This record gives sequence, structure tokens and C-alpha cells, in this order.
Amino acid sequence: MQQIVNGLLIGFMYSLIAIGLTLIWGVMNIVNFAHGDFLMVGMFTSFWLYTLYGLDPLFSIPICTALLFVMGILIYRFIVSKVMSGPMLAQLVVTFGVSIFISNLAVYFWTPDFRQITNPLLSGTWEVAGILLSIPKFVASIGSVITSLAVFLFLKKTRTGKAVLATEMDREAALLMGINTDRINSLSFGIGAALVGIAGAFLSTYYYIYPQVGGTFGLIAFSIVALGGFGSIEGAFIAGILVGLVQTLGGYFFDPSYKYAIVFMIYLITVWIRPQGLLGW
Amino acid sequence: MRKTWLTAVLVVVGILFLSFTLSAQQPKTIKIGAVYPLTGNIASTGLDCKRGVELAVDIINGKYDLNLPLAKEEGLPNLGGAKLEILYADTKGDPKNGMSEAERLVSQEKVVAMIGAYQSAVTKTASQATERLKIPYVCSDSSSPTLTERDFKYFFRVSPHDGTFARDQFMFLKDLEKKTKQKVSTIAVLYENTEFGSNVGKEVNKDAKEFGYKIVADISYAANATDVTSEVGRLIKAKPDVLMHASYITDAILFTKTFKEMNFTPKGLMTFAGYIEPGYLPAVKGDGNYIVVRSTFALDLAKNKPLVAKVNELFKQKYQMDMSENAARSFTAPFVLADAINRAKSTDPEQIVKALRATDIPGDQVIYPWKGVKFDPKTQQNIYARGILVQILDQQYMTVWPFDAAAKEVVWPFPAWKARK
Repeated sequence: MQQIVNGLLIGFMYSLIAIGLTLIWGVMNIVNFAHGDFLMVGMFTSFWLYTLYGLDPLFSIPICTALLFVMGILIYRFIVSKVMSGPMLAQLVVTFGVSIFISNLAVYFWTPDFRQITNPLLSGTWEVAGILLSIPKFVASIGSVITSLAVFLFLKKTRTGKAVLATEMDREAALLMGINTDRINSLSFGIGAALVGIAGAFLSTYYYIYPQVGGTFGLIAFSIVALGGFGSIEGAFIAGILVGLVQTLGGYFFDPSYKYAIVFMIYLITVWIRPQGLLGW
Repeated sequence: MRKTWLTAVLVVVGILFLSFTLSAQQPKTIKIGAVYPLTGNIASTGLDCKRGVELAVDIINGKYDLNLPLAKEEGLPNLGGAKLEILYADTKGDPKNGMSEAERLVSQEKVVAMIGAYQSAVTKTASQATERLKIPYVCSDSSSPTLTERDFKYFFRVSPHDGTFARDQFMFLKDLEKKTKQKVSTIAVLYENTEFGSNVGKEVNKDAKEFGYKIVADISYAANATDVTSEVGRLIKAKPDVLMHASYITDAILFTKTFKEMNFTPKGLMTFAGYIEPGYLPAVKGDGNYIVVRSTFALDLAKNKPLVAKVNELFKQKYQMDMSENAARSFTAPFVLADAINRAKSTDPEQIVKALRATDIPGDQVIYPWKGVKFDPKTQQNIYARGILVQILDQQYMTVWPFDAAAKEVVWPFPAWKARK
């Protein structure tokens, strides 16, 4: 039971990170390799706001979100949009370059040291019916659910959201319908980055922060997106939780050193049966 | 047309002649390669090792009133005062890069010897390259026992290996049981699953049998895991008296947090490597208290060894921080190498290796509590190397074992998380 709770807690976090990625992927058909590094920037933003201004990570969420949103749009406008019409390979490689650039910039400015927010408002553990519940992880999970729900509603209910979905389904048709796809691209890149900014702020309350922190999370996010179905928000959400559960329970009942192997095996089996992912189309 | 050809040939011959005469002379600088993870996951550790090497080279090349090999003269006196020049290469923490960078340093930069790598897995591949190219490799910062079990002719290790370290932990437990009359019977071993961790796991399993302890859990994990609650869940179920944990730094931080979060409290938390990195304590702060770590070096050794304080003073002047265990370990290889090159009176790799085999540096010329440096003729492992155990008390590493070199009394058992302020 304890392990199921732990699996859910990490799973919600994975979901939030993966949703931003799947949005960018779905709308623009490009792989954002810099996604993990956006996460790192979010974590560092929250860390510096805490260290320099004493602002608790919980309150720095709006700032992280706004900052990452602007950063996402700028990166799209000045870098990604330039290669959108270029060859496939250039599109593939450009975000990889952005990733290396950001993480090395972080090493340069902030040194490769490990940092941590030492006394955030959210800390400690609850004990509910014999199950230990880490408070920061719990709050982060709630935050993740709320954010995912908000994104989902935004896409399904608002005009702009519908335009994003339309672009995702068929770019040419959307263009014909009078949707400014370039604006939508830039918007989704911004939202994708903002989402991972939120994830970064939450994650910074209980995870250590260093320039390469995005690497592992980024890789897991990729497999979640692929598992859930490229571009599918619901898919990414469910797959994130699934990966969290599989990883934790697999590690507990089998051998912890194989826990990622089990995750990727499930992924392989899924794409074997359903190449488009769980909820892809 | 003919004339230009002639000039070209003349120029080439001239250059060749010049380079021959130049190389026949004693070189002004002696090039040594150093491979370290300067970017990537454990870049902070690599930079720390690099600081140790840099200070050592300063001392060898300059004039210092210290009881260290070659400190009192500038450069290497037997080679006309030639200075060491270290060429650093970045392994990014990857064994593949370790090998290719070592090859590059030897074939392109023409280094005559190699040091470094820190991560055992990287040292393994880098030293395979140097062995093939017949270049001496002196390692003082990797601890996997297998490194010196390969019958390599060109590989030497100054520092103790994990076999020694693991034995130290068990000898400590025996000493502790005798001293405090507390009983320890079960042990859980937890280790990251690459070269370094799995070898510690093997050694601990072997020693436990010999010393008469029962292993109740044997858990390996991937060091880049983002979540380790399942590993800790298994530990809690096994209820060991003592946990022995071999980790790198990121996993050490993550495990410490998870131990606290899930309230895992064995009687003793005995650890290797990751817990002594300079990045560890600033990241976990007070949560690191009472953890016991194996080490070769601690600043409080200065109590019995004034040299330690003097070297640390120099280190502080240069980097505005105290010397860490990693810096202290990497600090030694350049001295051992420079001493050998000086005795060899040559930069010919074969001569250096011959001199290395005859190394005999007395104990008062190293910054550790050892009897000195002397290599085993077969394994080429320093036979005098031994470890110490330090415990984190008030967020500082204090020597607690061997009991006769201890600066503080060991706190045992490990206090419950909830009982701390």
C-alpha cells in the first residue's frame, strides 16, 4: 500500500512534465529535447527566488510559469520557428542544441553544485492509517492534477484551445479555416514550457537541483509521451501515473535495478500491440 | 617549378632536423594527461579532483617548505628543473569518452603518463587505452578492487580500494561491539549497479561471511534513478541492524531524503563515496548527521599530522574552501608520478614505469595516516594504503575510527529521525 502511494506521488509528477512535452510534440511535430532543461530552469528559478528573496516555492509558481512561458515563446520565435520550414533533421537537432546550450549555460552561471531548498513551507511527512505521506509530494500531486485538468479544459472549451487541437489534428486544414498556425505554434511552445515550469517549482520543494537534473526526467517524459500516444494529453496523464506505479511496485517486488527495464518493457509491449500509444490516434 | 620543389624539400628536411635536435634535448615541460568528469552528472566531483591535482602541481613546480616529495625544489631537479604540465580532458563521466580522451592525450598531445578518472568504470577503460599504448597510469582516486586485479603492467594505484574500505567497515563493527558491548548481527547492503557499486556489494557479501554477520538484504539500483521509495521500502521490510550503502552523490542525496521521509532508522548507516562528496552536505544539511562514511582523509587528521593543516592552508588560499576528501585523494598521484619521473631521469614511459615499481615514499611525506607509498610487485596496488571512518557530526566530517586516531567519539546507534530537532 505504501508503495502504491509512493508510485502515485511520483507518477503525478511525471504526468505534469510529460503533458508539456506531448503538447509541443502533438502540435508542431517536433521533439523538444530541451524539455528537461526547461524543467531545470524552472527549478533554479524557484531556488533563487527562495534563496535571494525568501519567496517560498509555493508562491513562486506564478513567476516560474510566466518566466518559462516567455522563455518558451522567445525560443520558439527566434530559434525553432526558423527551422520549421527546413529539413526534418534540422527540426530534430535544433532543440537538442538548445538543450546543450541551456544546461551548459547553467553550469557556467550556477556551477555544477547540488542545491536544495532547505526549509520550504511544505515539508515533513503525514502519517495516515500507517501510510507515510510526504507533504511536499502530496501537494505537488494535487497541483499536478489541477494543472492537467486546467490544460484539458482550456483545450476543449476555449476558442484558442480548440484552435490548438485543430492544428494538432491537421495543420493544413486549420490554416485553411483561418487559424494562424504560427501563432498557435508559439502559444503551445509557451504553454508547454510554462507547464514544465510549474512542475519545476513543485519539484524544487523536495528534489535536489543541479544543471543536469533535467536529463533523467526528460528521458522518462519521452517514454511517457510515447506510451500515452503522441500529442495526447489524457494519454500522457494516464501513462505518467502508470509509469510511476510500475516503477515503484516493480522495484519493490522484483529487483530495484530492473525498475526502469520493467517500465521500458511495458512501453515496448504497448507499442507492439498499439503502435500509436495508449490513447493516440 | 623545379626550384619550388627544391625549396619545399629543403624546408621539410630543415623542420625534421630541427625537431630531432629539439627532442634530443631535455624537455622544459613534462606533459601528463588527466582525465576527469568536468561536465555532466558528477562534474562537481571532477572539478574537485582537478583542484587537488592543480595544487599538487603548484607545489611540485614551485618552491615550498613542505615535507612532500619535490616540494623544496622548483620542478624536477634530475631533469634540469623541468616542470609538470597537466593536460586535462573531459570524460563527461562516460567510460567511452574516458578511453577516447586517454587515446587522444597520448597520441596527439604526446603525454608521457596519465592520472585520474575518479569513476572506476571510466578509469577501467582509460587505463585499457594507456596499457595498450604502453603509457604509465597512476590512479589515486578510483576505488574498485578489480582495477588492480587485471595484471596490467602500466597501471598503479596509490589509494586504498573498496576491498580495503569494506574490511575497514567490518573491523570497525567488531571494534565497536567490543568497545560498547552493543550487538550487531544483521546487515543490508545497498549499491549502485555500475563497476564501483557492484564491486563494493561483492566485497561486503564476502566480508560479512568472514566476519560472521548475516546479510538480510542485497539491493542494487540505478544511480540515476529519480525515485527510490521502492528500494527503501525493501530495506524497511528487511529491518537490518546496519545498512552499508555504496553510492555516488546524486543517489546519496536522494536516499538520505527518502530515508528521512519514510523513517528508515537502522542502528548504523555506514556508507561509501557519495556521502563524502563536497556537494553532499550543503544539499542535505542536518539530515546527513550521524552517517558514517569511509574516507582516506579528514581535516582533523591535522591533530597528529601538521602537514595536513599546512596543505589545507595552501588549498584555502587558492580556492577559498577547505580541502575535501576527493581533492586530497587526487592530490597524491602527481607526487608519486613526479617522484618516479625524477628518479627515472627520463620521460621515457618504460623508464618511468621501472621507477614507479621502485617507489618508496615514507609515511611522513603523504597527507594520510599511512606508512607511505610502495607498490605490490604483482598487483601494483599501494600496500600501505588504508582507510579511516568519519562520522558526520554537526554537519562536519569527524574521524571516529581507527579509535586511536579518532578526533571524536562515534555516536551509536543512529538517532531516530523524529528525535532530532
